Amino acid sequence: MATVLGLYNYWIAIFLMMTGFYVVIAHGNLVKKIVGLNIFQVAVFILYISMGKVRGGSAPILAEGVTSYSNPLPHVLILTAIVVGVATTALGLALVIRINEAYGTVEEDDIHSQDEPE
Amino acid sequence: MQLGQHLPILQVVIPLLSAPLCLLLRNGRLAWMFTLAVSWLVLAGAVWLLLQVLAHGTVSYALGTWPAPWGIEYHLDHVSAFVLLIVSGISAVVLPFAGKSVAREIPADRVSLFYTLYLLCLTGLLGIVITGDAFNLFVFLEISALSSYALISQGRDRRALTASYHYLILGTIGATFILIGVGLLYMMTGTLNMQDLAARLPAVTDTRTVRTAFAFLVVGISLKLALFPLHLWLPNAYTYAPSVVTAFLAATATKVGVYVLLRFVFTIFGAAFAFQAMSLGPILLVLALLAIFNASTVAIFQDNLKRMLAYSSVAQIGYMVLGISFASLTGLTAGILHLFNHALMKGALFLALGAVFYQLGTVQLTQLRGLGRRMPWTMAAIVIGGLSLVGVPLTVGFISKWYLILAALESGWWPVAVLVLLGSLLAMVYIGRLVETAYFHAPPEDDREVREAPLSMLLPIWTLILANLYFGIDTSLTVGVARQAAALLLGVSP
Amino acid sequence: MLLALTVPLVAVPLVVAARRRPNLRESVTLIAATLLFGLVVSLAPQVMDGARPAVILAEPFPGLPLALALEPLGLLFALIASFLWLITSVYSIGYMRGHKEQHQTRFYAYFAIALAAVMGVAFAGNMLTLFVFYEVLTLSTYPLVTHAGTDQARRAGRVYLGLLLGTSIVFLLLAIAWTWLLAGTTDFTPGGILSGTAPAATLGLLLTLYVFGVGKAALMPFHRWLPAAMVAPTPVSALLHAVAVVKAGVFTILKVSVYLFGSGLMITLVASQWLQYVAAATILLASLVAMRQDNLKARLAYSTISQLGYVVLGALLANAAGIVGSAMHIATHAFGKITLFFCAGVILVATHKTEISQMRGLGRRMPITMMAFLIASLSIIGLPPAGGTWSKWYLAIGTLEAGQLALLAVLMISSLLNIAYLLPIPLHAFFSAPSGDNVPGGTYEAPLFSLAAIIITTLGCLVLFFYPGPLYQLASQIGR
Repeated sequence: MATVLGLYNYWIAIFLMMTGFYVVIAHGNLVKKIVGLNIFQVAVFILYISMGKVRGGSAPILAEGVTSYSNPLPHVLILTAIVVGVATTALGLALVIRINEAYGTVEEDDIHSQDEPE
Repeated sequence: MQLGQHLPILQVVIPLLSAPLCLLLRNGRLAWMFTLAVSWLVLAGAVWLLLQVLAHGTVSYALGTWPAPWGIEYHLDHVSAFVLLIVSGISAVVLPFAGKSVAREIPADRVSLFYTLYLLCLTGLLGIVITGDAFNLFVFLEISALSSYALISQGRDRRALTASYHYLILGTIGATFILIGVGLLYMMTGTLNMQDLAARLPAVTDTRTVRTAFAFLVVGISLKLALFPLHLWLPNAYTYAPSVVTAFLAATATKVGVYVLLRFVFTIFGAAFAFQAMSLGPILLVLALLAIFNASTVAIFQDNLKRMLAYSSVAQIGYMVLGISFASLTGLTAGILHLFNHALMKGALFLALGAVFYQLGTVQLTQLRGLGRRMPWTMAAIVIGGLSLVGVPLTVGFISKWYLILAALESGWWPVAVLVLLGSLLAMVYIGRLVETAYFHAPPEDDREVREAPLSMLLPIWTLILANLYFGIDTSLTVGVARQAAALLLGVSP
Repeated sequence: MLLALTVPLVAVPLVVAARRRPNLRESVTLIAATLLFGLVVSLAPQVMDGARPAVILAEPFPGLPLALALEPLGLLFALIASFLWLITSVYSIGYMRGHKEQHQTRFYAYFAIALAAVMGVAFAGNMLTLFVFYEVLTLSTYPLVTHAGTDQARRAGRVYLGLLLGTSIVFLLLAIAWTWLLAGTTDFTPGGILSGTAPAATLGLLLTLYVFGVGKAALMPFHRWLPAAMVAPTPVSALLHAVAVVKAGVFTILKVSVYLFGSGLMITLVASQWLQYVAAATILLASLVAMRQDNLKARLAYSTISQLGYVVLGALLANAAGIVGSAMHIATHAFGKITLFFCAGVILVATHKTEISQMRGLGRRMPITMMAFLIASLSIIGLPPAGGTWSKWYLAIGTLEAGQLALLAVLMISSLLNIAYLLPIPLHAFFSAPSGDNVPGGTYEAPLFSLAAIIITTLGCLVLFFYPGPLYQLASQIGR
């Protein structure tokens, strides 16, 4: 039991991941899909950062008398990943704007039916 | 401090820095020539690096002189050098073609932006191949992916936008899976350096975490390399993208995907873990066969030629993965060899289709009637490229097929050998349709003056076609490097 | 040997360059053909002395080169093919111009490429090389088969390419790869390379793959491409489908039997027996179908399928007489069939007739042609004074040696059937009342060039009867 509760950070990450994934798959609105994608990515970030925490460790800044630090590397990795996520979201939304201009809608089903006759 | 020592990092830095420079060049033609120069420079570097690797073995370079495994290391062995050559080679051949093609397909004020994206994509692909750090790989993967999404959306048809969007969603999910996998690996070993991971993993492979990491990584990479059934983004993306983009991506992006698979499965996890503990072999085998048959069959019914070749690409990726699934020296050689050969084949075919599009404005099969008479050189190139796809002797396709069959027979899987050959028959059908339409039917009534493609387009096409034929006869370079690469990955002697 | 390959290939760009001046273009072809024949003849003395020179062209796979090697069977095939190319070129000049055919340049150019491929097949030193040139032959003859460009031609082309490439890719390539794995080489060696490498059942399966993989031998059920290819212009049908393409097929099977498996092994394989029955069935069935054909070219096509069965049978019997008989039959059938097709072609050009029922009484108007037809028919049937007599004789001895009386009976019955479907044609032409508009109003013979070609090949049939010595000597050296 202790291990299950003790791994609560992973449970949260998984839950968020699946939520995001579900949104991507189940919703037809293109903007919502991107939001879902974001949630999915954020879940992964939480996974990384939470794994970097060392029990009893302090913030990874050199200081007198501190012997145990949390791992700074995941933070670095996630900063990069966040930037990537931001870029992806920006690109995705830009595409959605262009799609809206071209099709007049951002609902996937409507776009599909507009393309069907071709 | 010689420049040559820094070549590994320069391969990535040069295109990376050129990209914003390209942005400043407003003139389309100037941007094109600048990109062309950069690409050829990169090719020279790749050739030099390959020669280094062949002569001295693996090349290692520590970024900022921070030693591995704390710093990021660039690690070039035979596989990397080979794929590096493929990527830079294809880029160098596609760019001369791009001059006229891009000028026609992309609005004039956006041409320099197009080339900026192209350079970023090139940077990403090169970086994936050179790096020896797992997270660095993810970063470059995303760089190449994001620029690909943007490049694909430049197509004139509005469906290019939706194709790009879907690719974005699926590609990001794939990349995120890879990120999860890398994260889990880091959790278990505390390192991101590929060589170091390979050394530390055997101690912890029996844990659920590592197995999960493996699963996430394989699925994520499969999305990127369009392995059946995760290939759904590919047909639309290739069909609606501008011709140059399709040619470039078809010949490089999925190859790099296969490279990533090889890296993770063989170098980091090791063949023993992947194929015995996780039974990757049968899974890849079945999926590869499904890819070959499903995609080839669908290709037969396509009217849009780019879409037909896109499905053909999915089938060919199936062949590559098939070779890998045997996990034997011959099988791996076949898979790696097919990376090179398919790049030549598909590069040539998509470029030729681009030339057709340039002159005709369409790639619908029915519109290509009688084209054999009006664009003889282009169609001849398509015929030879098609024959290569089928696997006729004297072309590179035959060499790949031969090694694949040999690998199948060696492993005792002779039904697979028969299936591979039946797949060739399917390819014969859809190539046959194209040949018949071009040569046997009269041109359609609205006969605009259709002339042969310009020389700047024919030269790259025929360079690739002649390479097809040359490497189908003199295979010492390709088979030699592929074999050594395979041996290295498996940890045996060639 | 290398020159033999390059001469036809060099001719190709010259032919294309000369496309505006037909006489020049045709001269290029004739000169090339003469040169080629001369080259091949010059190679003959070496082979008769027992020399087996070899040349390596390239090495696409480590340990598996593309190589040429000279030996009696290959020389035989090369001699026939090069000589008949020359004759066919002469014939084509008459036919193509008389029939006012389109795209003659394309025709002559692809012909040259096809001949280069035939030389490659004939001189191949190992199975892989043979396969490469075999495929090149298929591809280079496709434009010739579909020359007419009509819908019918297109559909025929599909059957042609589909069957030939299909069988070669799925069966033959598999067999070659398997051979490589079993024996470590694909070199043609007297005595074979496969004995002792695998259990008999496996080798039997391998043999089956080879025999069915060589679609060009038109063994049933993969024979449909031959009648389909009759849509091509007659010179194509004559040279390629009576001489080059089909002979390449049976040649391959003969080579596989003698040089990959070896006579000793072949005789012990049970599968070989079953395949002999398949060949026998082909012989009989094809003859039966031939009898029902009214279209002359179709009848000749099925006759060819049947005759090819003879060669395959001899190759599968794999005893001395069988091999000699097969090799000789390659030669005699080539001359006989090409004459028959030539005649069919000139009949078409001169009278626009294609159906046999229309040809009654034609002998009065085209005496030389029908006389040639008669002699060539005798060769196919196997009666003196035509060369086919000897080849059928040795094949019959081959069946006796192997104790296969049933097969001997098949050969006899088939000869009777041959009489039934071939002899009536010239007999009706000379002795029956003319049908339709065959009113005897002076001779209406074929174009001069074509006629000359027919006469030469007919003489060939006769010569092979009276002087079979050189042919026999060459044939009996096979496998040494």
